Amino acid sequence: MIDWMNWTPTVVIFFAVIASILAVMTVYEIVSPCRERKGFLPIETTRGDRLFISLLSTAYIHLTFLAVSDVSLWVALAVSVAWAAVLLRWG
Amino acid sequence: MQKIHNNRAWWLVLPVFLLVAFSALIPLMTVVNYSVQDIFGPGQAFFVGTEWFKEVLGDERLQDSLIRQFMFSGAVLLIQIPLGIGVALMMPKSGIKGSLCLILIAIPLLIPWNVVGTIWQVFARGDIGLFGWGLNELGFDYNYTGNTVDAWLTVLLMDVWHWTPLVALLCYSGLRAIPEAFYQAAEIDRASKWAVFRYIQLPRLKSVLIIAVLLRFMDSFMIYTEPFVLTGGGPGSSTTFLSQTLTTMAIGQFDLGRASAFSLIYFLIVLLISWLFFTAITQDDKEK
Amino acid sequence: MKQSRFKNVGITLFIAFVLTPVYWLLNMSFKTNQEILGGLTLFPRTFTLDNYAVIFSDPSWYNGYLNSMTYVAMNVVITLLVALPAAYAFSRYKFLGDKHLFFWLLSNRMAPPAVFLLPFFQLYSSIGLFDTHIAVALAHCLFTVPLAVWILEGFMKGVPREYDEMAFIDGYSFPRFFIKVFLPMIRSGIGVTAFFTFMFSWVELLLARTLTSVDAQPIGAIMTRTIGASGIDWGVLSAAGALTIIPGILVIWFVRNHVAKGFALGRV
Repeated sequence: MIDWMNWTPTVVIFFAVIASILAVMTVYEIVSPCRERKGFLPIETTRGDRLFISLLSTAYIHLTFLAVSDVSLWVALAVSVAWAAVLLRWG
Repeated sequence: MQKIHNNRAWWLVLPVFLLVAFSALIPLMTVVNYSVQDIFGPGQAFFVGTEWFKEVLGDERLQDSLIRQFMFSGAVLLIQIPLGIGVALMMPKSGIKGSLCLILIAIPLLIPWNVVGTIWQVFARGDIGLFGWGLNELGFDYNYTGNTVDAWLTVLLMDVWHWTPLVALLCYSGLRAIPEAFYQAAEIDRASKWAVFRYIQLPRLKSVLIIAVLLRFMDSFMIYTEPFVLTGGGPGSSTTFLSQTLTTMAIGQFDLGRASAFSLIYFLIVLLISWLFFTAITQDDKEK
Repeated sequence: MKQSRFKNVGITLFIAFVLTPVYWLLNMSFKTNQEILGGLTLFPRTFTLDNYAVIFSDPSWYNGYLNSMTYVAMNVVITLLVALPAAYAFSRYKFLGDKHLFFWLLSNRMAPPAVFLLPFFQLYSSIGLFDTHIAVALAHCLFTVPLAVWILEGFMKGVPREYDEMAFIDGYSFPRFFIKVFLPMIRSGIGVTAFFTFMFSWVELLLARTLTSVDAQPIGAIMTRTIGASGIDWGVLSAAGALTIIPGILVIWFVRNHVAKGFALGRV
């Protein structure tokens, strides 16, 4: 039935991580709803906005690493996680 | 209008969510799967990690078609948005004449995209098409199948013909929603035509213009059928836009991994630009 | 007045620009192939209806129109059914993730179709819907639903919430209020939405062609058949193209007054 989707373990993990991030953030939002606020980003953001920005920039960080260097992508991942943490906390 | 906070509203959104998720997420996941594998056929796939992404990012053919795509989408927006607003301002306000204009202008929108390509393919031909023949008679050396510039201009002209009506239609409706009292107030103040446009009409057109710009950007960025029928991407690869490069790669050469990797990059580009635009506009609104 | 004359000239020029290529198509559809290829004629010398006769006498031709109309009609109905409650929710309530949900809906228009065609084909084959009208209708929902929600929300915002509250005080249940009171108030909005949904579904070809082979093949795909061994049959191709415009004109005729009444869109 789903053979044609050509699942690989890596992609399964990838989507599982994304789905669990979304799930955790949803639960967090229900437990303690957040308000829009202004951080170092030029716009007012909610927690969800900052999450979206982190995910999108994570994608771009990985692509940049791939394009300009041969460094292992684990480095890119570390950079992304650090950046996402900064963004979620102070963005 | 102050909105009430109520999470039970999700029940009303659920059908849309499920319907769209079904057609959107499953294919998206599949494409992500393709992009990390080298696929030879059913059941014959090898995991290659991020190889495709790396290769695609350094691929000059793809970079070229990406640049062409940006130029095309930029040109499309620069021409169609002002022209569409202009046409909407010139359309008769009401009555039979208004309806007639509306219907005539909407015609290009209602023609299937491959027929649009066919119409222009014939219309621009030097021997049997009025447009090509006319230009040649006027002394221009026009040939869209042989000359790069001509091909470009023809594709652009076709897109202007095809999609300006959408911008015009949306703006026309936006203009009709402005209460007459606004114009009367402007008349009492002896406001100039320009002032009326700048301070009454344009701000009120904002919501329709946002959707016009977004739709035009997204659709022009993945234009496929019309130029494919019109020029087949030629001469050379001068009018081969992104979608066509991808289709050749995915279906023609069955190079699924590479094509998928690039589709995902392409999707990220469109996502980023649309998001920036959307945020900038809504933010601007909040500050007022 | 000088101003209005300028406007009239401008709009006439634009309409001429819009109509000339369409005229050329009509012109060709009434010509014989010899005349089309023989040289340029501004109107048909030997007026013929043969090209149209080919289409109306061959079931494989006119079934293409019926197929297209069937899936477009299904798509419009499905889109309106799901988009109406969703737009109501967006226009009246704040809820968890509403902004992001909306942007996600919109982002589905952004995926390049080329590479997504294969998964689409496999998805609908695996659930046994390949080559059915409903498959195309469902696939088209991907880009018609977000737009429909956006347009409808704008119209619904224009209806003050007092109406809702009054109806509930009068003892209306939600479904009864929605159908009996609310929908008639946004008639224009439904008309305009139906028009845009029709439009984007009617003109789309890539998905429609990929998801069908024989029984539900759209007219656009059948038209490629005119390219035979002896070259392109321009006359029949033009006639087929000309006929694809007619349903669209009928639809815009019905909604012209709604569009002319004007609308502003929601979300901003």
